[in-house]
Amino acid sequence: MDQVKKLRNDFPILKGKLIGRPLIYLDNAATTQKPNQVISKLCEFYENYNSNIHRAVYAISEEATIAYEQVRTKIADFLKAEDPAEIIFTRGTTESINLIAYSYGEKNIKKGDEIVVSDLEHHSNFLPWKALCERKGAKLKVLESDEKGDFVNIKDVIGKKTKLIAVTLMSNAIGLIPNLKEVFEAGKKAGAKILLDGAQYVPHFGFSLEETDPDFLVFSGHKMLGPMGVGVLYVKMETLEEMDPFLYGGEMVTEVTEKDVTWNDLPYKFEAGTPSVADVISFGAALDYLDKIDMTEMQNHINDLTEYAFKQLNKIDEISIVSPDNTDINGGVIAFNVDDVHPHDVGTILDKEGIAVRTGHHCAQPLMNKLGLTGTVRISFYLYNTKEEIEILVNALKKVQEIFFNEE
Amino acid sequence: MDLYAELILDHYKNPRNFKELEKADIVFEDNNPLCGDKVKIFLKVENEQIKEVSFMGVGCAISIAASSMISEIVMNKTYEDVFKIDKNQVEKMMGAELSVSRVKCAMLGLSAIKKAIKILQNEK
Ligand SMILES: Cc1ncc(COP(=O)(O)O)c(C=O)c1O
Repeated sequence: MDQVKKLRNDFPILKGKLIGRPLIYLDNAATTQKPNQVISKLCEFYENYNSNIHRAVYAISEEATIAYEQVRTKIADFLKAEDPAEIIFTRGTTESINLIAYSYGEKNIKKGDEIVVSDLEHHSNFLPWKALCERKGAKLKVLESDEKGDFVNIKDVIGKKTKLIAVTLMSNAIGLIPNLKEVFEAGKKAGAKILLDGAQYVPHFGFSLEETDPDFLVFSGHKMLGPMGVGVLYVKMETLEEMDPFLYGGEMVTEVTEKDVTWNDLPYKFEAGTPSVADVISFGAALDYLDKIDMTEMQNHINDLTEYAFKQLNKIDEISIVSPDNTDINGGVIAFNVDDVHPHDVGTILDKEGIAVRTGHHCAQPLMNKLGLTGTVRISFYLYNTKEEIEILVNALKKVQEIFFNEE
Repeated sequence: MDLYAELILDHYKNPRNFKELEKADIVFEDNNPLCGDKVKIFLKVENEQIKEVSFMGVGCAISIAASSMISEIVMNKTYEDVFKIDKNQVEKMMGAELSVSRVKCAMLGLSAIKKAIKILQNEK
C-alpha cells in the first residue's frame, strides 16, 4: 500500500487539478491513466528527435528509428516471442483484429468454413468476424460461458470446419477470465487458427508465448499506462507468411514498378504509412514502468482491492453484482446495478462526487442480452487505486440510494 | 444546479401523461442507444396544433422526467411553437445544466414529438 501511495505521485491526473479535487478513477478497463515517465517521453520525442522513421539518413531520423524498433524488441521480450518481426504495430486492439480479418481472413476463409467467438467478446472481436462470415458465406459460431468461466458447448461449436477461433482472455464487461484450456485443445485438434484478445488481460497479467502459443495475440497500449494510438498485433511467423497486406502505401514495399511490387520484409509489410512513432516510443516507457513495479505485486494489490470492494458492496442489499466474486477468475472488474436506478443515473451522481465509472453496455451487447440487462455500472481497478477510493465510492453509492429512495 | 433535485425525481417517480392514448393520430417510438432509453409518443392533433399528448417508456431518470415535463409543456401548443423549443429551454425546464453525455437523455422525448409532427406534416 505504501508503494501505491508513492507511485500515485507519478500520475498527474490523479491529483485532479482540473476538477479541483483528487480524481477517483475507476474506469481502467476503458483506458488507464499515464505516468509522468510516459507523458514526458512524448514531449522528449517531439522536442528532440521528431522525424519520420525508416526513411532518411540524417541523425535524428536514425535515432527515432532505433527508439521505435527498440520498443518492438521490448514487446517481443515482454511476450517471450521468438522474433521481433512477429510484432506489428497498429493503432489499437480494434485495428489489430480488423487487420487479421482482412489480411488473414480474406485470403483463407472460404464458403462453408466456420469461425468461433465466445459470448464474452467485446464488439471489436465480434463484428469483424460477423462481417467476414457474411462476405464469405462462412458461419459464425458462439461459445457459451457459464458463471465459472467454463465454456459449455465446446464440442458442439469447435470441429472440422472451424478455421479460426477468436476469444477474449478476459471480459471487459464483467472481468471474467474464461478457462481456455479445452478451447485450445479442441482448436489445435481441429487445425484452427487461434486469436486471443488480450486487451484486458495483458495489462494485468502480461502474457508468455512460451507457455501458450496462439497464432494471434492482440492488445492496446493505452490500457496499460501507454498513450492512445498504439496497438500490438503478435502473429506467429508461419501464420504471418500466409497473410496479404492490409493497408497499401508507403514503407510496406521494397520495389515498385508499374507492373510489379515487392513487399517489404516482415513485419513492415503490415505497417503501411507513417506510424504513431511518438506513441510507440512512449509505450516503451510504459512497459519499463510496469517492469519496474513488478506485475505480480500489482496483481496482488488489485486482488486485494477487488476482494475488499466485493465485501463492501455485498453489504448493501440494493446492489446486485454481475461479476464473479472470486479473484481466481476475476481480473479486477466489478459490474453491478443499484436496484431500480438506471446505471446512467448512478454514473451521473458518482461523477458529481468526483468518481469516474463506466455505465452502459460496455460494447458487449451479446453478453448483456444473455444476462438480461440493458446496462450496468462498472468499476475496474489498476495499480494506483486504493481502499480509500473504494470507501468513497461506497459512501457515494449510499447517497444514490438516499436521493432515489429517501422520500416522503 | 442539482440534476437530481426533487422536481426531477418527482417527475421520474410519477411521470405525467404516462399512458397510451386511444385513437391517437400518430404513435411514434424512438430510442437512445447509448443508454437503452426508449420512448413511445402518442399525439392527437388538430389544425397544426397538439390537442393531447401522452408517452410510455423506459429509461434513466433524466429521460423519463424530461419526457414527463415536456408532455405538459407541449399540450395545446402549435407545431410552430413546439419546433421552437430547444436545448436551452429544456435545461431551464429541468432546472439543471446537462452534461454533453446526458443531453441526449433529456432531449429524447422532445425530439420524438418533433419527429412525429414531421411525419404528420409529410403525410398531408
Ligand atoms: C476485451 C476488449 N477487446 C477490445 C477492445 C478494443 O480496444 P481498443 O478500443 O483499444 O481498440 C477493448 C477495449 O475496450 C476490450 O476491452
